[in-house]
Amino acid sequence: MNLDFSDDQKFLQSEAKKFLAKENSIKRCRSVLDKSESIDSELWQKIVELGWTGIRIPEEFNGLGLGHLELCVIAEELGRFLAPVPFSSSVYLFTETIIKYASEDLKKDILPKLVSGEIVGTLAVTEDFLAPSSSNITTEVSNNKIIGKKIAVPDGGIATHSIIVCKSSGGVDLRLIDHSDEGVTISSQEIVDDSRGHFCIELDSTPSMLVGDENNGWEQYESIINQAAVLFSFEQVGGSQATLDMAVEYAKERYAFGKPIGSFQGIKHKLADMYVAITLAKSNSYYAAWALSSDSSDLPVAAATARVSSTKAFQLCSKENIQTHGGNGFTWEYDCHLFYKRSKLLSLNIGSLSNWKEKLVSNLEKSNIN
Amino acid sequence: MDFKDNPKQASFRKNCREWLEKNAKLKIGVEKNEFANIDFLQAAKDWQKKKYDAGWAMLHWPKEYGGIAASAIERIIWSEEESKFDVPRGIFEIGLGMCGPVMMEYASEEQKARYLPPMAEGKEIWCQLFSEPSAGSDVAGLRSKAVQDGDNWIINGQKVWTSGAHFSDYGILVVRHDPSLAKHKGMTFFFIDMKSPGIDIKPIKQITGGSSFNEVYFNDVVVPDSQRLGEIGDGWKVAITTLMNERLAVGDANGADVEEAFRWAKNQDDIGEPLINNRSVRSSIADWYCEANGLKNTKLRTMSALSKGETPGPEASITKIVSANKLQDIGNFGMDSLDMSGMLKTDNAEIQSFQNAWLGAPGLRIAGGTDEILKNIIAERVLGLPQDARADKGLPYKDIPTGNS
Repeated sequence: MNLDFSDDQKFLQSEAKKFLAKENSIKRCRSVLDKSESIDSELWQKIVELGWTGIRIPEEFNGLGLGHLELCVIAEELGRFLAPVPFSSSVYLFTETIIKYASEDLKKDILPKLVSGEIVGTLAVTEDFLAPSSSNITTEVSNNKIIGKKIAVPDGGIATHSIIVCKSSGGVDLRLIDHSDEGVTISSQEIVDDSRGHFCIELDSTPSMLVGDENNGWEQYESIINQAAVLFSFEQVGGSQATLDMAVEYAKERYAFGKPIGSFQGIKHKLADMYVAITLAKSNSYYAAWALSSDSSDLPVAAATARVSSTKAFQLCSKENIQTHGGNGFTWEYDCHLFYKRSKLLSLNIGSLSNWKEKLVSNLEKSNIN
Repeated sequence: MDFKDNPKQASFRKNCREWLEKNAKLKIGVEKNEFANIDFLQAAKDWQKKKYDAGWAMLHWPKEYGGIAASAIERIIWSEEESKFDVPRGIFEIGLGMCGPVMMEYASEEQKARYLPPMAEGKEIWCQLFSEPSAGSDVAGLRSKAVQDGDNWIINGQKVWTSGAHFSDYGILVVRHDPSLAKHKGMTFFFIDMKSPGIDIKPIKQITGGSSFNEVYFNDVVVPDSQRLGEIGDGWKVAITTLMNERLAVGDANGADVEEAFRWAKNQDDIGEPLINNRSVRSSIADWYCEANGLKNTKLRTMSALSKGETPGPEASITKIVSANKLQDIGNFGMDSLDMSGMLKTDNAEIQSFQNAWLGAPGLRIAGGTDEILKNIIAERVLGLPQDARADKGLPYKDIPTGNS
């Protein structure tokens, strides 16, 4: 029985933690927010140099050739430090799609450039103010050319390439586009958490390349999203733990009525509830990490379980962290709002809480636990 | 990461399994709680004896007291396997989980040799006498008195919520020997013969209608000083050792869980459609599934640490808070799904399991540390928050303000 990371993986995690603390990742997040930039390019460059973008890329393509578990521990630290970089878009979504579905030739072309940072990718699915589904996608491909419009594409303006989820002759395709090709118009969109840019991508007869099986794109998209849910869960666990740590610290130092507010049961029970939520989320994420790394048939259920628990944990922790900080928590100056906003961003990227609950229950029905 | 036993654990599990298959039947369907039933008591004693004779009764205890000095992980493996079989459980937990360890730590060698083996064998049952009418969450507020009289102590007062007192042979007891000392200083700890003259046991009728708890009255009960555990005045320290063990023993709330709720929702009609199609039901099932599996996976993390010979983190402290509240919600859901008929008693075992969950859960949220006390413990011991300022700090016990009760 070993539901824990190995010593090597724990070492990698502690190195990542030291690195992001030393680089003042949270301060950088605030600065991206203040300056309305899309990412911190300097931090991103350093992350590329550390090799993190190639963690899962095989050594023959210049990557580190490691597994999903190594990616999980990095994700937890990126979440803890609110790293303002396009890691989730480029690594969990784009790179994983290429590794899983691209032809050998395409891999040979693209994967080394993802390692070197020459290519940054993202995945574009949403088109309107509602949840995307296989039946409401209107962006369409014909003769390999795509026409349509995607909105709320995370990191779309920094990315050099995208995977576009589009309507095909007999279903849905996943298609690769190069942002420097003809007919691509990208514009920045204003969003609630300005520390991670979201973009509109308009395509007018843009050339594209099929990734994976024709007309089978939605199933492939779902499979990539299930994998990504595990990694997002680790980011959410990291963020939850950071907000609990902040709240505990503040509750020990802030005095009211002649004593630290952390001695009041109203605060204690709130922080204990946060601890309970984090523990459930973390344990479910560990199990999902195992399911992901061992390619278990339990992955759809395990990923949804981790995703639901972690979304709930980060939402609870980030809002109650503001509450614990009182009026200070509502100011721009304190970091509480950075986590509150990131918790919302992470909970909506790759699909909302209610949609993941629905996915969990329909997967339980399919796997027929009784 | 993997979920495999190492070779030593696998062979241990195989031995457990083989013995269980020869001596018990696999569990099917809903478990019944027949704690107070006399036949059940005899069956529980017979099963404990069978285990004792074969060496499975108290795995982690030293050999001389009937154990095999097994590792923590082996104990968990045994309990995982035993829980798959239809065997009577729930009678010996307090004795073996709380009284045994405290005797092991504080009793004399002769006392250990005399009392521990029959406890492990199930021949003698033990109970725990801590709570009092005016001392619940604040156990240290207890009033029952012990007055020294030569080589004996004379005990007067009342205990309450004593599980199984009516069928117990011995008990562990904490009482106040000096009310002029500060609250935590004036207590002393004993073990007593429950058949001693002057002990009067009255069952408490619970909201479930059943009676697994008792009030226990002491009228000039004589206890020899040789049955004192720890020094005079060390009662609180000894009690804390016991309560720490209680937190390990009181864990998962047994009863209807997400599997039962899910199965029920698939089969129950909701205005012409299966209940599982109801959006709000689906949302609740998702929440309970996440909680149930969060606890299961937390347990696996604890086991992983034990398996590597490491000390587990404090994660397991969330178990009772989460599982007792989940039980209450699931019971409520099951009854709610029956509309007006949810109030009716019936022979349907599934409906019974929801009603039992709903009626039993309030007790579980209180027993062995209320939700509120457990949250204080997480806040203070795990998160390191300061204790609340206390109105009784440093005062002699007799000067501490009390209410009317």
